[in-house]
Amino acid sequence: MRQCEVEILDAKTKEKLLLLDKVEPIATILDIKSMFHKSNQRWYPARQSLCLDPKGKPLKDEDVLQMLPVGTTATFYFRDLGAQISWGTVFLSECIGPLVIYLMFYFRVPFIYAPKYDFKTSKHWVVHLACLCHSFHYVKRILETLFVHRFSHGTMPLRNIFKNCSYYWFFAAWMAYYINHPLYTPPYYGEQQVKTALGIFLFCQLGSFSIHVTLRNLKPPGSKIKKIPYPTKNPFTWIFALVSCPNYTYEVGTWMGFTVMTQCVPVAFFTVIGFIQMTVWAKGKHRSYLKEFKEYPTLRSPILPFIL
Amino acid sequence: MASGEEDGAVEEKETNNKKKRTKSAIAIAWLTVYNIAMTAGWLVLAVAMIRFYLQKGTHRGLYRSIARTLKFFQTFALLEVGHCAIGIVRTSVIVTGVQVCSRIFMVWFIASSIRQVQNQESVILFLVVWTVTEITRYSFYTFNLLNHLPYFIKWARYNMFIVMYPLGVIGELMTIYAALPYVRRSGMYSLRLPNTYNVSFDYYYFLIIVMLSYIPRKKFTPIVHHKTTLFAVSKIISEINVHMCKLYIYIL
Repeated sequence: MRQCEVEILDAKTKEKLLLLDKVEPIATILDIKSMFHKSNQRWYPARQSLCLDPKGKPLKDEDVLQMLPVGTTATFYFRDLGAQISWGTVFLSECIGPLVIYLMFYFRVPFIYAPKYDFKTSKHWVVHLACLCHSFHYVKRILETLFVHRFSHGTMPLRNIFKNCSYYWFFAAWMAYYINHPLYTPPYYGEQQVKTALGIFLFCQLGSFSIHVTLRNLKPPGSKIKKIPYPTKNPFTWIFALVSCPNYTYEVGTWMGFTVMTQCVPVAFFTVIGFIQMTVWAKGKHRSYLKEFKEYPTLRSPILPFIL
Repeated sequence: MASGEEDGAVEEKETNNKKKRTKSAIAIAWLTVYNIAMTAGWLVLAVAMIRFYLQKGTHRGLYRSIARTLKFFQTFALLEVGHCAIGIVRTSVIVTGVQVCSRIFMVWFIASSIRQVQNQESVILFLVVWTVTEITRYSFYTFNLLNHLPYFIKWARYNMFIVMYPLGVIGELMTIYAALPYVRRSGMYSLRLPNTYNVSFDYYYFLIIVMLSYIPRKKFTPIVHHKTTLFAVSKIISEINVHMCKLYIYIL
């Protein structure tokens, strides 16, 4: 079989970084990245962005050399994506933080509230319930990250971990401070309000879990073929008929439930900001679904049925 | 059939171009009026301040005498955010928004609401800085729109901020700092626990955060690859430069 030559140039300076000869035409971009990594130890494959054009879109790892519009000599432009960290690591640290931080406030660790309250838990039953719900939510998320989620991208830029962790950890501390405060005021409508909110919370948590499992089952492990998710026998997934990203819908619902349960403004803030961010993500995902699939169901909205 | 469609398309394009040109004419007219009005307003403020000082010989009571005019013209500057939003001025909405909001915050939530700081020298400092900066800025925009820019205005615009910016920051910071004891004692603009919505707000600590936010922001990502402190120092210096340039670009 005819062998190819691969030339890698820096996208900005156009200087020749590497010339690989005797490359098999069936080699994938990932193979080429591994070869590049061997000669430049600093740039591991996850950090490399190879494009056919200096200003073009990065090529995918699974693209095969002979399928690309190049002759026997291929020229790729390289861009350094910066230090990378795996999605799994980021998700885990995002979730372990709030879990631990909230519990510290719940158990009234010293130096947070006045000394006479140290290690004494609140007298309101809704505060115990809120702690259970909050912890349940993050434990569920951790378990999903470990056993359910399949990440389509392996890594993200390193600075994201600082950004994401600051956001989650700050808000966890802020809401935990007020909910577990000695001067906390229970919800205005009492037991009725808390029970309704708990119902919403649990419903949405079940829904969220169902969606995550459905999305996992969409494609076999390692496959990168994209498929449209459809409603299954599980009633919680029937929302797929109306929404592209029901995982976000259920997440917003969860936090709205928690807001009503605790009647706490910082929680409301967190819910609103989360809603805004998730709407942006949902719209992006919806747009990419529409671009990818011509037969994509027209009834679906990005995050809220018929509205948004 | 095809040529008919084409004609229709060409006609539409012409009316669109005409619309664009008419819109620009209205926009230019409005912006010219706006900038002339703002130049005049800040000139009035400058004159009032000078007159007060010449008549009374002291700065005590100066703020009170010009407070209403200052509030009016500084708040009116909110329109500039609108200008950026609809695109007739090519600046970022966020940059303009932050700048105008910080001015409005100083006027309404510090100087006007905390009487005890109104006779501080730092207030006079930032008032003078603002007046000089705004007169220069608005007259610059006015002359630009009229396509007749005197050299000294251009010079003032690009050079005075080197002195004005740090002086303004000092004036504002000192004023906020002077306000702190009064804020703490009176508990103004603060919300305490317990309350039905389980939230609290302390204006005192908020002001401290505001003061800290004046520090040019440097991203605290660990400088993993750069081993020498010299490189780190040069990075910090370049960061300060970037910040100065951003301000420069804003003023532009």
